Amino acid sequence: MSDDIVNKVLEQHPDARRDSLIPILQEVQERQGYLSKNAVVKIGRHLRLPASKIYGVATFYNQFRFQRTGKFHILVCRGTACHVRGSASVLAAVEKELKIKAGETSKDGVFSLEVVACMGACGLAPVICINGEFYANLEFGKVREILDIYKKKAEEGKAGPQ
Amino acid sequence: MFEIEVNGRIIDASPGETILSALKRAGIRVPTLCHMNDLMPSGACRICVVEVEGMRGLIPSCSYPVQEGMKIKTNSAKAIQARKTIIELLLANHPDDCLYCVRNGNCKLQGLAEEYGIRERHFTGKKSRGNIDITSPSIVRDQSKCILCGKCVRICEEVQRVSAIDFVGRGSKTVIAPAFNNNLNVSSCINCGQCVLACPTGALREKSYLREVSEALADPEKIVVVQHAPAVSVSIAEEFGIKPGTDIAGMMVAAFKRLGFKKVFDTSYTADLTIMEEASELVHRVKTGGVLPMMTSCSPGWIKYVEQFYPEFIDNLSTCKSPQQMMGALIKSYFAEKEGIDPAKIFSVSVMPCTAKKFEAGRPEMGRNNIFDIDAVLTTREMARMIKMHGIDFNSVVPEEADLPFGTRSTAGKLFGGTGGVMEAALRTAHFLITGKEMKSLKVEQVRGLDGVKEAKIKVGDLQVGVAVISGVGNASKILEQLKEGRKDLHFIEVMTCPGGCVAGGGQPIETDKEKIKTRLQALYTIDQTETLRTSHANKAVQELYKEYLKEPLGEKSHELLHTHYTKRDVLV
Repeated sequence: MSDDIVNKVLEQHPDARRDSLIPILQEVQERQGYLSKNAVVKIGRHLRLPASKIYGVATFYNQFRFQRTGKFHILVCRGTACHVRGSASVLAAVEKELKIKAGETSKDGVFSLEVVACMGACGLAPVICINGEFYANLEFGKVREILDIYKKKAEEGKAGPQ
Repeated sequence: MFEIEVNGRIIDASPGETILSALKRAGIRVPTLCHMNDLMPSGACRICVVEVEGMRGLIPSCSYPVQEGMKIKTNSAKAIQARKTIIELLLANHPDDCLYCVRNGNCKLQGLAEEYGIRERHFTGKKSRGNIDITSPSIVRDQSKCILCGKCVRICEEVQRVSAIDFVGRGSKTVIAPAFNNNLNVSSCINCGQCVLACPTGALREKSYLREVSEALADPEKIVVVQHAPAVSVSIAEEFGIKPGTDIAGMMVAAFKRLGFKKVFDTSYTADLTIMEEASELVHRVKTGGVLPMMTSCSPGWIKYVEQFYPEFIDNLSTCKSPQQMMGALIKSYFAEKEGIDPAKIFSVSVMPCTAKKFEAGRPEMGRNNIFDIDAVLTTREMARMIKMHGIDFNSVVPEEADLPFGTRSTAGKLFGGTGGVMEAALRTAHFLITGKEMKSLKVEQVRGLDGVKEAKIKVGDLQVGVAVISGVGNASKILEQLKEGRKDLHFIEVMTCPGGCVAGGGQPIETDKEKIKTRLQALYTIDQTETLRTSHANKAVQELYKEYLKEPLGEKSHELLHTHYTKRDVLV
């Protein structure tokens, strides 16, 4: 299944060379939600690039992740305005509460965390976004309340009829 | 050629070269950390900055081209202050545990801190505390000591073309690691250790087995024997301040005896044996239409390289074990039987110029009845450390001969220590096996020297033998790709993983450079030129072994003890 996704992307870049690496990584992540080991190896064979090189390039950019996104994907803004208004402690709160670091997914697959540079919502700083829903003017303490709502949702989802 | 002015002196420079290269030629030293000879400059560390009149800021001499009429100050107050700051910043997050570091005394960073008189701590950063990766049987990675100069990445990628490691992450969070932050043991690392030689600090080092060896030597129940590879006796002298290229085999053997090894054997003896088996295998393949070209199998980095990058060529690899493993197998069979010793009581040590030999010794195929052929592999560096630790003074030891039955060698076996050596030795014996006569000139000039790829057509009887010699495994793909495309004129290919062969191995003294490699290689050639036993098949001790024990090359006993097989490896490449 994930093979198909990667194959499809690679089919669209038949004669690609190393300068196509980033667009290919973006397309695979777009469709697969993350970059699997398998995807990296396949892309490497296609472009004749070693896996270590691709991993090196991909980790240079914040946009790439190597774990499947969770049911709830959290974006924490670390742009300038948010930074000035305390986004570092917001990020710390999320990491502490979920016990994951930026780029990771919780073991139960419910939450995943990503740091972004600016969401263009500076008036709401510091801001986070969970599955498209924005939460504004956050502070350390508020984070927990918000996450509790989602934890509850996840519990209900598990218990309720599918 | 044009002139430039450096520190008030006029020196010559040629168009296209860097400032650093002109300075070097004129004997003007500027410190470097990330610079690598023969590779494109990266300009990462900035320690080589100089002041150039009329230019803004300081100029990295390693990457800036010289221009006619340039006026350069290499040691202006500004340049020295900048270098000091760079060193201080590098030290800010460094663990500073020099006293406990394997590179204490030959660390580039420590050397610069001393040279630039760093006496105060102006910057206090958070100490790096990376994980120490001890998963590899050959190489230990300690990220906390890494200064991110990138030399290991470059040697692995640009010279060896393995690319097991790269920069991971960005900015202050950058580390050097295999893909997916994996450990080295599951990466595509071939254990060659060229990165260890390149590393300016203690971030990369060999996995040391000194403790195991010392414990075995202290154990009265154990019979501890040692073998030494052909390339060790022409390099270990450097660790003791003796002129590079000096062969100190006799003194080294005497030192090993003083360390308490019961027997000291010469791996060059089993190099001769390897030749008997390998030349016979080649002749057999040629006569019976076996898989050709045959490829040498002495270099364990190359073996892993084939297993993971070119598994389609596994059948081309000679089935011969390497001389280290042949010696290991014979010690615990023939020697044990002869001396009436239980093989389980033997602790077999080898001293190798190589980190990959540590990996090879641990391959599951390399033993019988749950007894490994080799119990511990020490690099040239580790052995030098052990000799120093025991306070042995080379000036006072009387040279001794290696022990029988594995102490006599031909110079052909000794040539194994450098690129082209296996080929030269094999040709001498193959010629004899096929024609019954010796080659007219035993010296095969075409396969000597430091070129990465050497090819020759050698007449052996009626047969025109096509040979290729590759040193530096990164050069192998060229020939392998040609073979894939149907090239048919090659019969035998020698590959040594390290550029220059074992004399330049990853276990050799840290200060290994091209000049030293040349002198070590020359030392092997001198031995070949001055001694009289020059072919493996003329080695009486090897003939004796066949008569008494193995019977014939490629025979049943040989297959049991001296030959092996290889497997495709599934690693992240």
